Amino acid sequence: MAIKDLPRDEYLLKGHAACPGCPITVALRIALKALGNKTILVIPACCSSVIQALYPKSGFNVPILNIAFEAAAAGASGVSAALKKLDKTDITPVVWAGDGGSYDIGIQALSGALERGTNFIYICYNNQMYSNTGIQRSGATPYGAWTTTTWTGKKEHQKELGEIVRAHHIPYVATATISYPEDLYAKVLKAKNMKGPRYIEIFAPCPPGWRFDMSKTIEMARLAVETGAWILYEEIDGQFAFTSYSKKILEGRDRKPIEEWLQLQGRFRHLTEDDMKKINSHLDEKWNQYKKS
Amino acid sequence: MKTAISLPTLGAMGKTGTWRVFRPIIDVEKCIKCWRCWIFCPDGVISRDDYPTIDLEYCKGCGICAHECPVDAIKMEREKK
Ligand SMILES: Cc1ncc(C[n+]2csc(CCOP(=O)(O)OP(=O)(O)O)c2C)c(N)n1
Ligand code: SF4
Ligand code: SF4
Ligand code: SF4
Repeated sequence: MAIKDLPRDEYLLKGHAACPGCPITVALRIALKALGNKTILVIPACCSSVIQALYPKSGFNVPILNIAFEAAAAGASGVSAALKKLDKTDITPVVWAGDGGSYDIGIQALSGALERGTNFIYICYNNQMYSNTGIQRSGATPYGAWTTTTWTGKKEHQKELGEIVRAHHIPYVATATISYPEDLYAKVLKAKNMKGPRYIEIFAPCPPGWRFDMSKTIEMARLAVETGAWILYEEIDGQFAFTSYSKKILEGRDRKPIEEWLQLQGRFRHLTEDDMKKINSHLDEKWNQYKKS
Repeated sequence: MKTAISLPTLGAMGKTGTWRVFRPIIDVEKCIKCWRCWIFCPDGVISRDDYPTIDLEYCKGCGICAHECPVDAIKMEREKK
């Protein structure tokens, strides 16, 4: 499907509260085109709570249950159970949470809901930090990145929540990003038409948090995929496959040097040669693993 | 206990066009209607008329549309005071 053929429906209203150039709202616009209005969003504390604007107004044209930081998947389990009881299973409960709320504080609620076979979609938008509270490190922050709590650069590599989720053997797991809207749309649509727990992670470069110009949000996502820093894949009932541009890399196209992505971001300005070596060998290792599997 | 409910509102955060420092201007002569500007606009302010049109009441001036246009049909011009 080409960009021009994506549905014209909009569920995000103009005049919402996101920063100019925000990746979350690009992701949300595309995801909601696939999900449609028979959706209940469950949102933990994160930028997406703020983006809605202030009570008693909402910038979103779908119902939202705003819930505590650690509780999104538990809240969605309740919504899912209620919809079943009310025989309204045409409505999809969808968690929309940041990486802090997913990788860190919400991981036990997420794991529990996946293990229970809860009928819901969990979407994690990954901007690689806690941005809402002013750029703190999360489990998704990559090695070397500056944040206000890793002000000499993070010393640890990010963990892979997608891999942890895959270990739950649920019907659908996918990664996506905003620079490949057709891929993102197709994945959300696929998830919507399935049952049981479904997980999608959307890579979301944040201009103020990563220190790059707000016009480059999409370019930053595209470069992350072209350099292999972010990988697009999907797993349907245990069948794992790379998609879109990542598939081309797997099949032999060169990965762009990671420097091309890093150098556009102020958060990596201080990296040393030694840091670069660590980043490159971590990346090579990850790709070699995928090439073998 | 009463539940607090917010209702969908256009311009929930006000007229966000006032945030803008640079204004996108589309040259429809150059436009090839690929609709990249439309899909990538974080604020959903580009509508799909015959050619893309931008709702300047709400456009925040991020410049993504101009940066992503494959034929440079959009330029960003500084707002006058
Ligand atoms: C239990 C608890 N601890 C801390 C907070 C403060 N808090 C609100 S949002 C947030 C960060 C959210 O980060 P993330 O989930 O990555 O989403 P983002 O802000 O990046 O959108 C924090 C720490 C809170 N609301 N509740
Ligand atoms: S801090 Fe980043 S993710 Fe949060 S609203 Fe602003 S641009 Fe979006
Ligand atoms: S400048 Fe940004 S907000 Fe304005 S139309 Fe372009 S992409 Fe949308
Ligand atoms: S991105 Fe450029 S060419 Fe494509 S529709 Fe927008 S203005 Fe036209």
